[in-house]
Amino acid sequence: MSVQHVVFIILSAIALIGALGVVLNRRLFRSALFLVVSFVGVAGFYILLEAELLAMIQLLVYVGAIAILIIFAIMLSRQAMAADDKVLNEQWVLGGLAAVVLCAFLIYILTRVNWPVVEAAVPANSIQRLGESLVNPNGFVLPFEVASVLLLVALVGAVIIAREK
Amino acid sequence: MDYVLNLWVRLATDVYQLFLGWGLPEWGAKLIIDFIIILILVILGVLAVIVLTPMERKVIARMQDRPGPNRAWPYGLSQAFADAIKMLTKEMILPRHADRLIYTAAPILIVIPALMIYAVLPFGPQAADAELKLGATNLNVGVLYFVALGSVASIAILMAGWGSNNKFALLGAFRVVNQLLAYEVPMILSLLAVVVLTGTMATQRIVEVQSIPYLIVMPIAALTFLASAMAELNRSPFDLLEAESELVAGYQVEYGGMKFAMFYIAEYVNILSTSILFSALFLGGYKFFGLEKVAPVLAPFIVLGKAVSVFFFMLWIRGTFPRIRLDQLVGLAWKFLVPLSLVNLVLAALVVKLSANNWVQAGLLLLGNLITVAVTFLIMSLVERRAKSGGSVVMSEAQNLTPAAER
Repeated sequence: MSVQHVVFIILSAIALIGALGVVLNRRLFRSALFLVVSFVGVAGFYILLEAELLAMIQLLVYVGAIAILIIFAIMLSRQAMAADDKVLNEQWVLGGLAAVVLCAFLIYILTRVNWPVVEAAVPANSIQRLGESLVNPNGFVLPFEVASVLLLVALVGAVIIAREK
Repeated sequence: MDYVLNLWVRLATDVYQLFLGWGLPEWGAKLIIDFIIILILVILGVLAVIVLTPMERKVIARMQDRPGPNRAWPYGLSQAFADAIKMLTKEMILPRHADRLIYTAAPILIVIPALMIYAVLPFGPQAADAELKLGATNLNVGVLYFVALGSVASIAILMAGWGSNNKFALLGAFRVVNQLLAYEVPMILSLLAVVVLTGTMATQRIVEVQSIPYLIVMPIAALTFLASAMAELNRSPFDLLEAESELVAGYQVEYGGMKFAMFYIAEYVNILSTSILFSALFLGGYKFFGLEKVAPVLAPFIVLGKAVSVFFFMLWIRGTFPRIRLDQLVGLAWKFLVPLSLVNLVLAALVVKLSANNWVQAGLLLLGNLITVAVTFLIMSLVERRAKSGGSVVMSEAQNLTPAAER
């Protein structure tokens, strides 16, 4: 077992404990915080895979923005200081069934696909190559621009919705 | 002589060889060296509290024409130690019905990212013949790392506000997070201008590439960064959450003793790291008229000296400007700093495309910056004139647009 294995197991434990905390916690705010733990675990995976940029973006976007958004939504839509919620509601059979089916499907896919392995080391300037391929006409310039326009539309929409009449 | 001039790197190399001589494997020796470096950086961060708080009190006192702390020996300079002893001896209090886990975890979680930022700060040039350098690591995403860890703090603040089981603490937390989110945008945009110009996000490399300090080349980016950094740090005139003369202490209201001290420590640790980053990105970091090449041993002191100068500048602003209102605060970010830094970013991108020569780039950027500043002032004076000649809608717009300091 190499160092990477040990680190992988620790990170998996962090991500899984976080995920379990999200579903099993009785306080919605604590669930949101466990979601942050899970996000940090995933950022750790990216660092393990030598994708520092993705790890930082994961922290910045998911922890710094999405988790905050979720916490704000929880606090604005419910009584923030409210007593504990129930863990299960009446739909737990259906929800559990869906989760089991999804899990079985994912395991089936993961064990069936023949994952290609690249022997070469990770290039040192991976960020530059990522940036170049995003604006390269032969690369991903079209999806990149479409995503940009989509984000712009969302931004304008948000401004219009939030504007006072 | 050479040993003295390169003291830090030589010392680290010698200790490394010593560990190898003891029969440690290479990775073990590296691990211990890294651990020592991390320990030094953490201690440096915590030392910031002990050095910067007396400095702040004394300087502000001098600006306000009063003696400031003068009881603790000598000249009140050891006031920080007295404060620390007082904090440590206080009782640990848990508010009734507070969430114990979250209440206790928040002060810890706010210090950790603050200290982690020190990993990417450059303290000296890379030695030519050694692998070692001053500073913990040279991440190629250094600038992004700084921003990402800064954003983690807002989670800790929300935890503190919610965990205290106090409505005022929660509202205070909302206000701070509102401020942090608003000022993150101009901060990232001004950092992006530097990244576009240098073509790298590694802080070490940015200092190396910087032949003229970017404060002179890109004053807009530098000042936008400084303004948003001061807002992120809750420094006056953006210290709405604390406003010690008007409000209770915002999200920290239920914290006392050492837990409160943790927030205090995090604040000053963040101030020092932001000042060091500002000096690295805009003041040339460890460069000081070629001195760092002659004597790399002085490089960390140059960095710290520049950082303390930046801190002094912040104190100067604190002693000069009145506090701004919450709506002015958010308006300043979204209506003034964001458009300005966007223009600056486009400018930087254009200049990089136009010329590859360092000096031509600097000249063009400076010219563009001056034009942008002139146009900004023109627009602002036009808006103000329109506001004076009537039109109530424009009036409120203008008040929000103009920073409080300029009115």
